[in-house]
Amino acid sequence: MAKALVFIDNPGAALKKSSLELLTIARSLGEAAVAVNGELRDDVVGALGANGASAVYRPSATDLDDYLVAPKAAYLAAAVEASGAGTVLLENTADGKDIAARLGVKLTAGVITDVVGVDADGTAHKSVLAGSYTTTAKARTAVAVLTVKPNSVDVEAPAAAATPEVVTIDVPADATANAARVTGRAQKPVSGRPELTEARIVVAGGRGVDGNFEPLEELADALGGALGASRAATDAGWIGHDYQVGQTGKTVSPQLYISAGISGAIQQKAGMQTSKVIVAINKDAESPIFEIADFGIIGDLFKVVPQATEEIKKRRG
Amino acid sequence: MKIVVLVKHVPDAQFDRHLTGPGNTTDRDESILSELDEYALEAALQLSEARGGAKAGNEVIALTMGPAGAVNAVKKSLQIGASSGAHLSDDALAGSDAAATSLALAAAIRYLGADSPVDLVLTGMASTDGETSLVPAQLAERLGLPQVTFASFLEVDGERIVARRDGDAHADTVEATLPALVSVTDQINEPRYPNFKGILAAKKKKITALTLADIGVDAAQVGAAGSLTAVETAEARPPRTAGTIITDEGDAGIKLVDFLAAQKLL
Ligand SMILES: Cc1cc2nc3c(=O)[nH]c(=O)nc-3n(C[C@H](O)[C@H](O)[C@H](O)COP(=O)(O)OP(=O)(O)OC[C@H]3O[C@@H](n4cnc5c(N)ncnc54)[C@H](O)[C@@H]3O)c2cc1C
Repeated sequence: MAKALVFIDNPGAALKKSSLELLTIARSLGEAAVAVNGELRDDVVGALGANGASAVYRPSATDLDDYLVAPKAAYLAAAVEASGAGTVLLENTADGKDIAARLGVKLTAGVITDVVGVDADGTAHKSVLAGSYTTTAKARTAVAVLTVKPNSVDVEAPAAAATPEVVTIDVPADATANAARVTGRAQKPVSGRPELTEARIVVAGGRGVDGNFEPLEELADALGGALGASRAATDAGWIGHDYQVGQTGKTVSPQLYISAGISGAIQQKAGMQTSKVIVAINKDAESPIFEIADFGIIGDLFKVVPQATEEIKKRRG
Repeated sequence: MKIVVLVKHVPDAQFDRHLTGPGNTTDRDESILSELDEYALEAALQLSEARGGAKAGNEVIALTMGPAGAVNAVKKSLQIGASSGAHLSDDALAGSDAAATSLALAAAIRYLGADSPVDLVLTGMASTDGETSLVPAQLAERLGLPQVTFASFLEVDGERIVARRDGDAHADTVEATLPALVSVTDQINEPRYPNFKGILAAKKKKITALTLADIGVDAAQVGAAGSLTAVETAEARPPRTAGTIITDEGDAGIKLVDFLAAQKLL
């Protein structure tokens, strides 16, 4: 039976939703196995088994996080060979894409990034050119490497749980030889709001918020959504770069994207125009954002946004 | 210091872009220097200038791969300040995916380093057309160079590189030694524009034309034939159309909530 190997970097204490999504895809392709890096807790092995993993691979080395991706790719290549997997699934993050890239060279495997769906025959679906095209692509090689965006599938539980065998993979001796070292790491504060790329609702602000994101935060919280921003707002230092939506920030496709005080430049649209419903609030009737808005309000965000927040709270009693 | 900057000629995103070329490839009319590569070029120029520039023997070579028109990305780079250019062009390269592209570019970089070694390969964080971000990491793997990708800050002191890489959960300080490959984000600097003097000076700068034979790559290793992935179908998504636009008359916030309720988004 075909095998699919999911890479989970530092699974921690509990499996993330994105990992469960990758496992769901892996099972749809055949027998699922997992390669982890970092600490592997017994209960996490149990959870991987409950999600259908027949084998869990771990590296012989504990210092892979001290280097930038190269040794992780070397370890993963060895794990792919040991498992005999025909498909490797990774998260579509900067690290995930970098590891996938190197894995592709090591294994002469086709790599497809930004995947939003995978058919049972391995055909990958993606959205390209800022959402203006949808394409299907396939690896022409024995092994396919796919980096998959969050929310691409609904998490499902397998028909039967597995008891995975845990296998240690020897990390090649030269894996760290030419790797860049991570010499400092500053953890970022956690917001308590949903992860931007996974959120059902995103409330985003631009230069028009003029340094004050509070009204947008309150609306995001009333809706249970995530906060986003344009580059003008992140460049001004009003909010962290992690919140930037667009070509050089995050790409999001939520059910609802509320854009306030954002003009709708092409680089901003690149990150949000596949959203299901777009609401725009802008003072300027000529703003290009109105060309793609399902519901547009020409008005002052400092009046409209707080009024909407109040109204939502009122209706919910 | 000898720096190779990778520059790509890409369709201008200000216009509609299409996948109507052979094998669902990009239509390359109306193309420009990828704006994300301008940050890599700026980083290269700053490193060169801090060491005395071209007069002190520093080199910034703008390298592109692509059909005849792609040389315009090199020309623009020369106007902005690169010291020389190289254009790898060959019919057999058409339709190359990331694997084939990185294979050809790695060979071209080795070629450019044959007389004197390349210290640094600089790239943008992604192309603005394919957007896979795969080529920088694949080049590092193929060339056996330390990989410092998605750098939002870069400092080179002697042989030592210090960079910052922003992740979602943490920001890392990354160190490596030259020679190395670095890709930079749009957070790293503010790219300069070409000025009149630069535009005139560019006319005298050399652009080396390279073919696959020059760099020792077999035609079967690149192009659609040598690619490890294939785009099987490409379908234009119907453009979004504007919906209801209202002007706030004091109750737009309430109308917004009515709209959300009607869409079952509350
Ligand atoms: C290489 C590159 C990459 C880029 N990547 C990104 C990216 O990833 N994401 C991104 O967003 N941008 C990106 N940009 C920048 C992009 O080109 C625009 O400059 C940016 O999106 C503008 O942000 P803005 O809409 O917030 O600001 P502006 O364009 O200045 O628009 C502000 C808007 O707010 C409105 N406004 C002001 N006050 C109010 C008020 N009180 N109430 C209501 N409306 C108000 C104004 O009418 C205006 O439309 C990139 C640019 C480059 C060159």
